[in-house]
Amino acid sequence: MWRSYRAEMLKIAKWPAIWILAAVFLVLAQVFGYLIPYVAYRSGGGGGFAAGETPAQLLADLLPGRLIPNTLGGFPLFAGAIALIIGGLVTGSEYGWNTLKTILSQRPRRLAILEGKVLAIGSTILGLVLVVFAMNAFWSLLIATTTDRATDWPALSEIARGVGAGWLILGTWALIGALLGILFRSTALAVGLGLVWALAVENLIRGFAGVLGFLDAFQKGLPGTNAGSLVASLGAPTIDQPGGTPGVTAVVSGPQATIVLLIYVSVIAVVAWLALQRQDVT
Amino acid sequence: MNGSEYVIETRDLTKVFGRQVRAVDHLNLSVRRGEVYGFLGPNGAGKTTTLRVLLGLVRPTAGSTVVLGRPPGHPDGLARVGAMVEEASFYPYLSGRDNLRVIARLTGLSDDGIDGVLDDVDLLQRGGHRFKTYSQGMRQRLGVAAALLKDPELLILDEPTNGLDPAGMAEMRLLIRKLGSGERSVLLSSHMLGEVQQVSDRVGVISHGTLITEGAVDELRGKGSIAVRAEPLALARRSAEQLLGAGRVEVMDGALRIDADAADAPRINRELVLAGVAVSEVRPIERTLEDIFLELTGKEENGHVA
Repeated sequence: MWRSYRAEMLKIAKWPAIWILAAVFLVLAQVFGYLIPYVAYRSGGGGGFAAGETPAQLLADLLPGRLIPNTLGGFPLFAGAIALIIGGLVTGSEYGWNTLKTILSQRPRRLAILEGKVLAIGSTILGLVLVVFAMNAFWSLLIATTTDRATDWPALSEIARGVGAGWLILGTWALIGALLGILFRSTALAVGLGLVWALAVENLIRGFAGVLGFLDAFQKGLPGTNAGSLVASLGAPTIDQPGGTPGVTAVVSGPQATIVLLIYVSVIAVVAWLALQRQDVT
Repeated sequence: MNGSEYVIETRDLTKVFGRQVRAVDHLNLSVRRGEVYGFLGPNGAGKTTTLRVLLGLVRPTAGSTVVLGRPPGHPDGLARVGAMVEEASFYPYLSGRDNLRVIARLTGLSDDGIDGVLDDVDLLQRGGHRFKTYSQGMRQRLGVAAALLKDPELLILDEPTNGLDPAGMAEMRLLIRKLGSGERSVLLSSHMLGEVQQVSDRVGVISHGTLITEGAVDELRGKGSIAVRAEPLALARRSAEQLLGAGRVEVMDGALRIDADAADAPRINRELVLAGVAVSEVRPIERTLEDIFLELTGKEENGHVA
């Protein structure tokens, strides 16, 4: 497994597409998490997603005390979509480039190849989460300092919980992308269908859940709903609250959402292994 | 099965894709330690599927397969096998050297041997360039370099000269011969019959998924024959029949075709001249692997097997 992991990390570290996705993720997080709200605060009011928030509320959301919800707010939908693309690339590209046969005809077993990929995806996602937390911490500190506000940081244990929650959410989406890459043996189909599901279908289901009872029960098992609920449980405003972010919802409790996402990770790993084990690489 | 004598042995190997496509059908293949084995067959005959089974990429439907004493795809076996199946496939955004680093990491090797194998295939100068900038020939050579990285006991090469220019093909043939000259075994799958004839110790011909013949190249080519142009032809035939026996002489295209080794040509020429025959040409006829292949498979396309 470690051999495969080291090989995967070498591929990921030198892959321009991954760096582009990481840059997009980090830029979007800064722009929508700090830059635009700060400009709105300086302009004297909120609009759009920040509608209904006073300048004081806008500023409060940008201070160190709100680091965790402000960072995680974009994870269920936007960052999740990017994580899904990363996962789809890591597995689907092996089919597109025919490199699966190259790596499978070396030494490691298929299970070890998959373990290496999952571990590499997890490491990459964890790295992204840590970097975005660090960048957001920097901006929140800068804003607190320049506006003469208190720099009350969350407790380390809370930050660790926030990082863990973010890792779980993005990890789940990335593994969904990776599984789709293996099942469809392609990057394009995996990423395309994955994004349609994450960005459109889940939102439609949530939209109709209030009308159709069975959809309400169904949505409680969806990865996006549970990701949104986990983020909401950590203090992020839901979409129907002032300053709320799309994808953040409070349908289930935080612990329940955590359990459901962990189940997703486990089931995805098993299904991916079964699929890869049975595939003829032609 | 004797693992020490054979590096590859299949018994009744069968692979059926879906319900109807029988790509390999009760294939019995044996590759001895230290030999270069040419694996011939028309497109769609089952060569590549067989190689994929040997590497554990495709699961057989039935039959048994042993590669270096292990089942196909076993890590201990794969660690001693270098392979290039069909076109060389690597990560386009990585350099040739980094692609080999990926292979080295997967195999548990250090990076120390990478420059050596790049040098072996004449890619040392371009090793730092991205794979996607490589020509087809360079890609094939990188594939061979990757296969050599493990210093394998068994080398499996599928159409290694694809995309190479004539000079590159000649170099590749020399390389294959060199690689197979020691204890290392080479399984060479190719549709280039001349190429296989030049480098292989033994060949196997596969058609419709089944091995239809197998043996040393010289054995398969059999004894040669001699073509003789002479006047008068009837007297020449009678004289040759008296010398060698009636069953070994026939007339074809206005000349005699005599079933004899090339070494017998001077003696036959002398006897015909002594018998009063005017001999204008004595020419040995050697069957090529291509002749044998076409006889066996009954297919021909522009000098190459289709």
